[in-house]
Amino acid sequence: MNRKYLKAFLLAVTVIAAFVVMHYGCQESKNLTAGDEAGRVYVAPGTYDEFYLFTSGGFSGHIGVYGLPSGRMFKVIPVFSQDPEKAWGYSEESKPMFMTSHGFIPWDDAHHPKLSQTDGIADGRWIFINGNNTPRIARVDLTTFKTAEIIEIPNSGGNHGSPFLTENTEYVIASTRFSIPIPNKDVAIDSYKENFKGTISFVKVANDGEMDVAFQILVPGFNYDLAHGGKGPSHGWAFFTSYNTEQANTLLEVNASQNDKDFIAAVNWKKAEEYVAQGKFKTFNTSYFRNYFDEKKHMGFSEEKKTVKVLIPEECPGLIYYLPTPKSPHGVDVDPTGEYIAAGGKLASVIVVHSFSKMLKAIENKEFETTIDGIPVLKYESVIGGEVTNPGLGPLHTEFDGNGYGYTSSFISSEIVKWKIGTWEVVDRIPAYYSIGHLCVPGGDTKKPWGKYVIALNKITKDRYLPTGPELTQSAQLIDISGDKMKLLLDFPTIGEPHYAQAIPSEILMKNSKKIYPIEENEHPYGIKAEKDARVVREGNVVHVYMSTIRTHFAPDNIEGIKVGDVVYFHVTNLEQDWDIPHGFAVKGMQNSELLIMPGATETIVWTPLKEGIYPFYCTDFCSALHQEMSGYIRVSPKGSNVAITYGIGK
Amino acid sequence: MQMKTQSKIIVIAASLILVLSFFFPIWYIDLEAPQYPEGIGLEIWLNKITGQKPHDLNNINGLNHYIGMKEIVPDAIPELKIMPFIIIFLIIFGLAAGISGKRSLVYIWIVLFFVIAAVGLYDFYMWEYDYGHNLNPHAAIKIPGMAYQPPLIGSKMLLNFNAISMPHIGSWILVASVILAAIAIIIDKKNTKAKNE
Repeated sequence: MNRKYLKAFLLAVTVIAAFVVMHYGCQESKNLTAGDEAGRVYVAPGTYDEFYLFTSGGFSGHIGVYGLPSGRMFKVIPVFSQDPEKAWGYSEESKPMFMTSHGFIPWDDAHHPKLSQTDGIADGRWIFINGNNTPRIARVDLTTFKTAEIIEIPNSGGNHGSPFLTENTEYVIASTRFSIPIPNKDVAIDSYKENFKGTISFVKVANDGEMDVAFQILVPGFNYDLAHGGKGPSHGWAFFTSYNTEQANTLLEVNASQNDKDFIAAVNWKKAEEYVAQGKFKTFNTSYFRNYFDEKKHMGFSEEKKTVKVLIPEECPGLIYYLPTPKSPHGVDVDPTGEYIAAGGKLASVIVVHSFSKMLKAIENKEFETTIDGIPVLKYESVIGGEVTNPGLGPLHTEFDGNGYGYTSSFISSEIVKWKIGTWEVVDRIPAYYSIGHLCVPGGDTKKPWGKYVIALNKITKDRYLPTGPELTQSAQLIDISGDKMKLLLDFPTIGEPHYAQAIPSEILMKNSKKIYPIEENEHPYGIKAEKDARVVREGNVVHVYMSTIRTHFAPDNIEGIKVGDVVYFHVTNLEQDWDIPHGFAVKGMQNSELLIMPGATETIVWTPLKEGIYPFYCTDFCSALHQEMSGYIRVSPKGSNVAITYGIGK
Repeated sequence: MQMKTQSKIIVIAASLILVLSFFFPIWYIDLEAPQYPEGIGLEIWLNKITGQKPHDLNNINGLNHYIGMKEIVPDAIPELKIMPFIIIFLIIFGLAAGISGKRSLVYIWIVLFFVIAAVGLYDFYMWEYDYGHNLNPHAAIKIPGMAYQPPLIGSKMLLNFNAISMPHIGSWILVASVILAAIAIIIDKKNTKAKNE
C-alpha cells in the first residue's frame, strides 16, 4: 500500500519535473542565438561601423545616432526638445529655433527621421524629422549633426504623416493626423462632420535646404496617418494613408474601426504644381514660424509667415484620388521599382499591395466607386496588385531589400514577415521582442536598398534587459537578412522610443563631417577673433561679457563691477581650431544651463545674479591637463554700489 | 677651362630646377602622440613656416605654451626673408656659370652651395636649440633637466610627443641640383680626357 503511494508520488514528481524542465527550456530558447552572431556584430576597437543608423527619439524629441552592426551609440542630436548639456533651447542663439505660433515650445514628439534623397537614393546631405504634437518639420545638417531649420506646418492638427520625401527632395510632405476646423475656430466637438477638415502639405526644399510651405490640399476630415513619395514611374505622385473615415470624434478605438476599408490618398503633385502656377489656389490667412540656424553667425533666427496657398480638390480635377484599403491602414510603402504600394492595414487580415500602373489605368477608364468632396474613389478590384495572406496580426510597415522581397512588421503578433513581391507568398518570419512598430532596412524605402540587415524598432522590452524600475529601456534589434532565413544578431537599447530609423553607409557621411568651425568665418555679432578683444561692456543694467576660451583659460577670468539685478550676457567664443576640443562654461547659480562651445563657435547665455558675493565659473568639458585650472571669478556687488567694471587675466 | 655644350646644359638645368624649391617645403617636423591620430606637424619652407594642416601651427603653439616654449611666429624669423634671395642668387650664379661655361665658376658654385647648406642647417639647429631651451620659467609643466629641442634630423621623444624631423621635397631638389652640377663636371672631365688621349 505504502509502496503504491510512493510509486504514484514518484511518478507525479517525475512528470512535474519534466514539465518544469520543458517549461523553462522553452523560455530559455528564445534568448539563445547560436553560432557566429557575436562575430557578425563585433566592430574591433578603433575600427568603424559599416552604417550610421539614425533613430528618432519618439517622445524624447531627439535623434539618436548609432553604428551598425555594433549598435554603439555615438550621439544624441537635440531637435525639438531642450538639452541643457548643449544649451539647446537655453542659449540665446538656439532659443529662436523653438518658436511657434503657440510661442516657445520646449518639447515635441519626434517620429520619422528621413534622409534626403537624390534620384531616389539617400544622399547624406540632411535628415528630416517631424514634430508630431505641435506640427513641425526639422532639418538636421549631416556635416555638423546639428539642427539647421525647423518649420511649423499651418492648418494641421498633428504632424504624424511626415516628413516623407519626393525622389529628389523637391518636397518634404506632411499630412494632418487630427482633423480640425480650418482655419481653426471655436466649435462644438460633435460638429466634427460639418466643421473638421484635414490637410496634406507640400514643403518645398531649396538647394541649400531652406524649407517653405509651397501649398496645401484641403481634404475630408479623416485622420491622415503616414505617407510616401512615389519613385521611378510613380515619381510625381505621393501616397497618404487615412483612417477614421467614419469621422468619429470620440472613442475612436471603436468608432473609427467600423469601416471595412479606409483610403490611401494618391496625390498627383506635378498636377498640383500646375494648378498653383495657374493661380487656382485660395490664400488662407494663418500664422506659422520658420526658424533657421545661420552657421556663420552661429545664431538662430525666427520669422513668422502669415499666409499659405490651399488647393481645393473639387476645383482641381485629377489632383487626388482615394484607393480603398482595408482596414485602418497605417504605413504606405512604395517598393524600389515604384510600381507597388504596400499598405499596412493594422486591423486587416492581409497586406494589400496596390499597383501603380493599374491605378493609372483605372483613372483613365474612370473606374470610380463614388466621389467624396470632389475626390474620386477608385474601385478596389481595379487598383489591387496583390494580397499577402497570413502576414501576422496588425501589419504596420514594410521596407524592401532590393532583391524582390518586402519585410513587414506585425505589431500584434510581434514579428517580422518576409514576403515575395509578385507571388505575394510569405517566405520567412522571425519574432521581435516585443511589439515591433517600424522597421528599417538600410535604404529600404529608396530605389536602391543597401539591404543586409533589418532593424526591428520595438515598443516594449519587458524582460530583455536588466530591470530599471517601472520605466525600462527602449530597444532596437538587428536582424541579418543576407541569407534565406532571417537571423537575430543583436539587441541594443536606444534613447527614447526608437519610433523609426534610417541607415546610410558610413562612407557617404564620414568624409563630410566637420571638425571645427573656422574662426575667421565666425560672423557672430558678439564673437571675438582673438583673446586681446575680450572685454566687458556695461550698457545700463545690461552687461555684455565678450569672453574667449582656449586651453586652458577664459579671458577675462576676473570680472568685477557686476551688480545684483544686472542682466549679464556671456558671449563665449571658443578660439580653439583643433578637432574634438569643445569648452564648457558654467557659473554657480546660473538658472538656465551650461554652454558647450564647439571650436570656432560663439554661444551666449544670460545670467541674472540674485545675491551679492563671489561666483566661480569653470570649464565643464575636460579639455586638457590643466582643465581643473580653467576657471574664474565674478564679483557681484549690491544694487547701486559704485564698484566699476574691471576685468582681466593673468594680472 | 671652358666646358662642352652638354655640361653647360646640365649646369643650366641644375640652376633652373632650384626654382622648384620655392614650391615645396624644405624640412618637416612631425609630432606623433596618441591624442593626434590625424597627425600634427610643421613644414619649413624657404620663406615661411606652416602647419601640415590649416591650424597645426596655432595648435602647436597652444601645446608649447604648457612647457613655456616661445610662440613660433614666422614673421619674426628674419632668415625666412633672406633665404629666397640666397636661392635666387644661387640660380643666377649657376646660370652665369652654365652660360659662360667656365668650369671654375661651377666649382665655386658647388662650394658656395655647400657653405650655404651648412650655414643654413647650423642656423636651423640654433633656432631649434633656442626654442627647446629658452623656456618661460613660469611654465605650467617644468621637468628638471628636460629640454624640448627637436632633432635636426631623426626622431626624439619630447614628453608625450615623438618629434620626427626630416628633409622634405625642397631639400631633395637642392640635393638633385648640386648632384647635377657635379655630374656636369665629371662628364666634362671625361670628355676632355678622351679628347686629350
